Amino acid sequence: MPDKDNTIVEFEKVNMQFGNIWALRDINFALKPGETRVIFGQAGAGKTALLKSAIGLLHPDSGEVDLFGQNVTASRERDLYTLRSKAGVLFQEGALFDSLTIRENVAYPLENQRATTPPAPDEIEHRVRETLRFVELEHTLDKFPNELSGGMRRRVGIARAIVTEPPFVLYDSPTAGLDPITANTIMALIAKERDVRHTASLIVTHRYQDGELMANFRYNPEKQELIPVSEEEHHDPTRSRTKFFVMKDGEIVFQGTRAQLEENDDSYVKRFVRH
Amino acid sequence: MDIIGVGSIPIVLLTGFFSGGIIALQMARALNTYGAASQVGSIVSITLVRELGPVLTALLVAGRNASAIASELGSMKVTEQIDAMRALGTDPSQKLVTPRLIATAVMLPCLTVVADAVGLFGAYLVACPLLRLLSARQYWNSSWTALLYSDFAQGLIKPFLFGMIIALVGCFYGLRASGGTQGVGRATTQAVVVACIWVFVVTFVLDKIFVNL
Repeated sequence: MPDKDNTIVEFEKVNMQFGNIWALRDINFALKPGETRVIFGQAGAGKTALLKSAIGLLHPDSGEVDLFGQNVTASRERDLYTLRSKAGVLFQEGALFDSLTIRENVAYPLENQRATTPPAPDEIEHRVRETLRFVELEHTLDKFPNELSGGMRRRVGIARAIVTEPPFVLYDSPTAGLDPITANTIMALIAKERDVRHTASLIVTHRYQDGELMANFRYNPEKQELIPVSEEEHHDPTRSRTKFFVMKDGEIVFQGTRAQLEENDDSYVKRFVRH
Repeated sequence: MDIIGVGSIPIVLLTGFFSGGIIALQMARALNTYGAASQVGSIVSITLVRELGPVLTALLVAGRNASAIASELGSMKVTEQIDAMRALGTDPSQKLVTPRLIATAVMLPCLTVVADAVGLFGAYLVACPLLRLLSARQYWNSSWTALLYSDFAQGLIKPFLFGMIIALVGCFYGLRASGGTQGVGRATTQAVVVACIWVFVVTFVLDKIFVNL
């Protein structure tokens, strides 16, 4: 049984259906601080439902989801504000507020979170600039989302998700629809965020390269670049902080390390592995 | 308040003006039959202040703003902006519903007063310079003395309630929108239709209350 006090999120026998379709089916797992789960699966497999259930945006039909040790499934919306303020979310298309500037978008959680007192305006400005610098978009402060490219919007979405420095970040298809170079830039930022701030993350993606990058590289603050991790870590499940899920019809049909994923013989699982 | 209130002024001015003028034209013919053409001012003022001013203005604002609110919030819903607000630990109701509710509830009575005033002026133009039924002094005097305090109360309470209904219906359908752009269109249409129906239902209920007072 996982130690609930030291668990970011835990799913216990979680089931959810939309009509006759299983969105989540007997989901059980626990995510510890600093760990990453990369979730693969075909469209409609339940990846986004899993992500949204983790922070109470969707409520399962049965089972229990604990976020930071608190039962999300039994909580009312108003009781979830505090929990959600400790999590950052990047939505599929960024979900930036299109009537607000980039500065206002990134400042939004700082100014409006109901569970926290807003910092002073100078502090907000400082943190917004710092976070936008982190995603290399400080020059876009006064632009509107529709003036940015898809990749830039996704990076602003990351900035908005991490501006409050949450210990847990969820990424819903961060690279979907982007060219390979922009996709790698985004994933490098996610890896950097994980290693600089030691955040736990759930990453939904269709690209095997995204998971590969998360599992194979670490951000080196001295060199300010991503460096490959050692081969032993790949093959030692106890040392690997990045694990993979493959979902099918709401079920997790595979969970394990990158090495285990690549060695798996299941024809469905193999579809998500690039050999 | 600027978009809902100031933005609605042109259409409220036009509608109010022509409503007053049309009532005066129709009433002039009917009242002439009984030799009571001098009463046109009182009839127009009572009709406008009690009923037509609040209801017509509410229907216009429902068409203009319930649709705008529903489509704006509906677009935010289908592009996951509402989910983003919730996920970021903020309350979408507080950020999106409350300001729209206050703005509509405050601005609709103001717009109704404007519509009433312009309607009375439109009726004056028809009754005095155009049809020469009575003098300007007679018209304004009969318009003013015909009104009771309860008429003013009705004329202000109704738009206040209508404003709340319009904003809440617009927000309700907007926040429930699903199914992409088609869903936003459906939510917008439903918001306008339901808001208009509620305007008539509440008018009936309030009239029943005021008539019995």
